[in-house]
Amino acid sequence: MNAVEIAAAVQRGTRSAVSVVDEHLAVISQREGDVHAFNLVLADQARSAAAAIDARIAAGQQVGPLAGVPLAVKDNMCTRGIPTTCSSKILEGWKPPYTATAVERLVAAGAIPIGKTNLDEFAMGSSTENSAFGPTRNPRDLSRVPGGSSGGSAAAVAAGFAPVSIGSDTGGSIRQPASLCGVVGVKPTYGLVSRYGLIAFASSLDQIGPFTTTVHDSALLLEVMGGHDHRDSTSLPSAMPPMTAVLGHGVQGLRVGRITNLPDGADPDVVARIDAAFLALEKEGAVLVDVEIPSFSFALTSYYLIAPAEASSNLARYDGVRYGLRVDDVDTAQMNASTRSAGFGAEVKRRIMLGTYALSAGYYDAYYGKALKVRRLMADDFAKAYQQADVLLTPASPSVAFPFGSKTADPLSMYLCDLYTIPSNLCGHPGMSVPFGTGADGLPVGVQILAPALGESEMFRTAAVLEASMA
Amino acid sequence: MTDTAIDTTNFINGYELVVGLEVHAELATKTKVFCSCPNMFGDEPNTNVCPVCLGLPGSLPVLNHQVVELAIRLGLALNCSVHSSVFHRKNYFYPDMPKDYQVTQYDQPIDREGYLDLPSGKRIGIERAHLEEDTGKSTHIGGGGGRIHGSEYSMVDYNRAGIPLLEIVGKPDIRTSEEAKQYMAELQEILIATGVSDAKMEEGSMRCDANVSVHKFGTEFGTRCEIKNLNSLRSLGKAIEYEARRQIILIEDGERIRQETRHWSDVDSRTHTLRVKENADDYRYFLEPDLVPIVPGDVWIDAVRQALPVLPAARRHKVADAIRSTITDETVIVLVQRGWDALLFDCIAAGADPQRAATHLQHNVPPDGPTPTPATLTALTKLEAEGKITATQAKTLMADIVAAGGDADPAALAKARGFEAMASDALEGTVDAAIAAQPDAWAKYVAGEEKAMGALVGAIMKTTKGQADGKAVTALLQQRRSTAQ
Amino acid sequence: MSELLSADDVIYVAKLARLNLTPDEVGLYTTQLAGMLGHFSDIEKLDLDGVEPMVHPIPLVNVLREDVIGACLDRDEVLAAAPAADQGRFRVPPILGEAP
Ligand SMILES: [Mg+2]
Ligand SMILES: [Zn+2]
Repeated sequence: MNAVEIAAAVQRGTRSAVSVVDEHLAVISQREGDVHAFNLVLADQARSAAAAIDARIAAGQQVGPLAGVPLAVKDNMCTRGIPTTCSSKILEGWKPPYTATAVERLVAAGAIPIGKTNLDEFAMGSSTENSAFGPTRNPRDLSRVPGGSSGGSAAAVAAGFAPVSIGSDTGGSIRQPASLCGVVGVKPTYGLVSRYGLIAFASSLDQIGPFTTTVHDSALLLEVMGGHDHRDSTSLPSAMPPMTAVLGHGVQGLRVGRITNLPDGADPDVVARIDAAFLALEKEGAVLVDVEIPSFSFALTSYYLIAPAEASSNLARYDGVRYGLRVDDVDTAQMNASTRSAGFGAEVKRRIMLGTYALSAGYYDAYYGKALKVRRLMADDFAKAYQQADVLLTPASPSVAFPFGSKTADPLSMYLCDLYTIPSNLCGHPGMSVPFGTGADGLPVGVQILAPALGESEMFRTAAVLEASMA
Repeated sequence: MTDTAIDTTNFINGYELVVGLEVHAELATKTKVFCSCPNMFGDEPNTNVCPVCLGLPGSLPVLNHQVVELAIRLGLALNCSVHSSVFHRKNYFYPDMPKDYQVTQYDQPIDREGYLDLPSGKRIGIERAHLEEDTGKSTHIGGGGGRIHGSEYSMVDYNRAGIPLLEIVGKPDIRTSEEAKQYMAELQEILIATGVSDAKMEEGSMRCDANVSVHKFGTEFGTRCEIKNLNSLRSLGKAIEYEARRQIILIEDGERIRQETRHWSDVDSRTHTLRVKENADDYRYFLEPDLVPIVPGDVWIDAVRQALPVLPAARRHKVADAIRSTITDETVIVLVQRGWDALLFDCIAAGADPQRAATHLQHNVPPDGPTPTPATLTALTKLEAEGKITATQAKTLMADIVAAGGDADPAALAKARGFEAMASDALEGTVDAAIAAQPDAWAKYVAGEEKAMGALVGAIMKTTKGQADGKAVTALLQQRRSTAQ
Repeated sequence: MSELLSADDVIYVAKLARLNLTPDEVGLYTTQLAGMLGHFSDIEKLDLDGVEPMVHPIPLVNVLREDVIGACLDRDEVLAAAPAADQGRFRVPPILGEAP
């Protein structure tokens, strides 16, 4: 059952929230040992939250639109009193004294947190192999990665551990694992969902979004957790675009763009599915157009300078003074260094150093400063493209799920996984991955739908049509 | 280094002193700059903290409206132009800084290019005033006297972390330690008068670093040293004088001044090397992505300008005019400092003698007790002007008025004290009686021995129990002598 | 490619970032970071003169909150998370040197 069905059944009283939770806990106990989607399963808390919802319903009280829906939460979002680790040794055991706005809103709507999901340490990676607590396996093929960094959240939904989950997307961390695990994953417009309580990787790029099995569930989750939050200065003050309400509107006359200069790198089996998606939309009345984004291929460089630069500053606070790990030493400066050296994994250290270098005296203009200008070029190019097209289609990932260890030796090869997802983070635009058949070895392929800022309505309409065409 | 045995004979000696002050003022807001924790001094450690000011993972800053309002207000009071501005992150590790970066304004500060006029009329340029967050406070344990050096461990309190600060950067226009003190005093006045800060140096809500250099007249500015730990005007003045002498001696000895940060010690009245400036610290400034630009706009700026109180310099002019004095007169400065200029004008309006009223306020009213009401002070000055009480008696009565809370009837108080006006004929009788009682003293006085008058005055005062007006007694004795001669 | 970044640069950057590196790590990171910077030199061919840097993806201004006191955290809860605490404060090893 998907989230809409569960909530309806729970509200009608045909299913109890407790039975829904138990059913998912049963699936978890069967397969979690293989998949390792979770850093922490909240079995007891989930059961008592479910019982509370059942009690409300029995008492004839109002419940929210997600009543009784189990929710898996990426372990980089703060949950009060519940360990929040970012899959890093440096935060092991830390219990935040507050809850992230997005989680708070979903819970207020009746969702039941069932566990904290694994991720690449501090969301830095594309395979979940960078977790300090061991990798997550792809439920579709346990020998392959689930993608990342939100690999645990994608795998949890794909494995049926939870009907819905939330992740964060800084350069593709929702869309790429959604593609690799065969689920729907959405990165909303920057500022649509509050970042308050999301442990920062790169502040100007991070966004929280849903993983679901259906397009409708994603739209619903976004409507519940999105909207202005006064605790986040970058939260958009404007009303959210309609999402669930437009799902049935079709794509008649919608201009769907193909990027003619899309950088090479996608496998042929993936390209074939994207071609099929264009045809499916055309068949439903969409108008296909060609657009050019001249700066597209420079996105990777811009991103891998900006994101580590912000990260190098965001991750300075893990110094062993106030919370988390401390490795004692003779003085505070050395304690900071010993703590950070022991607490961070190799990829995090690599990005901290890259970002520190990009910002350091004498290199700022050559690296970080230039990256910000490229970002502007890209935003301008996309703005022009969106005069011709309402949405754009690309692969979400250049390939289907890949085997463990195949990209860990060369960091750059891993970075290339984000080739098609990065531009929307740089520009603040929404993007989503919708499962659209399978590619090599029968593994899922996701189509990425891109739209301009606050273009969620058109994006979801397109996604709904693609989903229907596969049914 | 020549930190010992300073010989002051080389001082001045053709050298000019150049001082620029950087002042940090904590803003008088209810809450911190980026979170809703109270902005309070002296609370139990780590009680005014939240996820934001503790820099907990996932927390985000939201700028306090009042912080911007006060920054605009100070900018206008210092004749700055108020600009659209942004925040940067200044990255460095230090345990009292929860995020290991400080959110501060870098190349686009809110207030730019202004000036401050000292009471002497000298104009000191203001380069900029920018907003930033304060750090927490460390306490050092062991190692003698709470000093950082040689301590066994330290403890950190984050109550102060995130208190809003304005860093006011003055131009190197100051040429003497006296001017430096005047600048600080005037800035303090402005901060208090505008309600921007309570500017208490002793509580650290106003802190100052001094950039000091010396150079031979007619040559380029010398290498400057930054002096920290200046917690009072006295320390500021002494530190600048010490540092100038130290630098002059080094130069005279043919040595070069190292650019460094030095610490003023009140214990031995010297500056000590704190940190030699490395080839530029690498703070990796970049725009704070969690905050958006501040664009105050003309409407907001004009509204603040309209609401700006009259500033101390203008108030001094008005007081000086009223008491027929100059703005550098101590009475003028003190009255404005204590905020008693309005009281003075109320008294004048009620018919008080301006000078008498001003003198009472300056000398006879304690700065932190109750003040007399305008009616009371006016009545007192009238009794005095009419010769019904003497200046000494008026001073005593003022003490009674303050003790009574400021609102009292001076005439009734005078009566209670027995300060009935001594009619001049009554005084004449007393004087003549004293002359008759002490013929020797009188003879000497008439012969021109001025000292002899003392015995006569003493006797008169004794008879009148001190109620006689000293001036009137002297005048009467002189009058009697000229008749006798 | 490796002239883009030397081992000394890596050592300098690690010091700024408070990371201790073994000599092997210095070697590895020098190679890897230099490789990345080599790849990132693609943007050098772009003409970026006069292009306005873009920091925020969505432009907003004057996001302000009212100056109203809100809830603080419970000190016991805050200090329970600390690696070391003493007398209501966070305890740290000796601090060498004043803040800059
Ligand atoms: Mg500063
Ligand atoms: Zn706070």
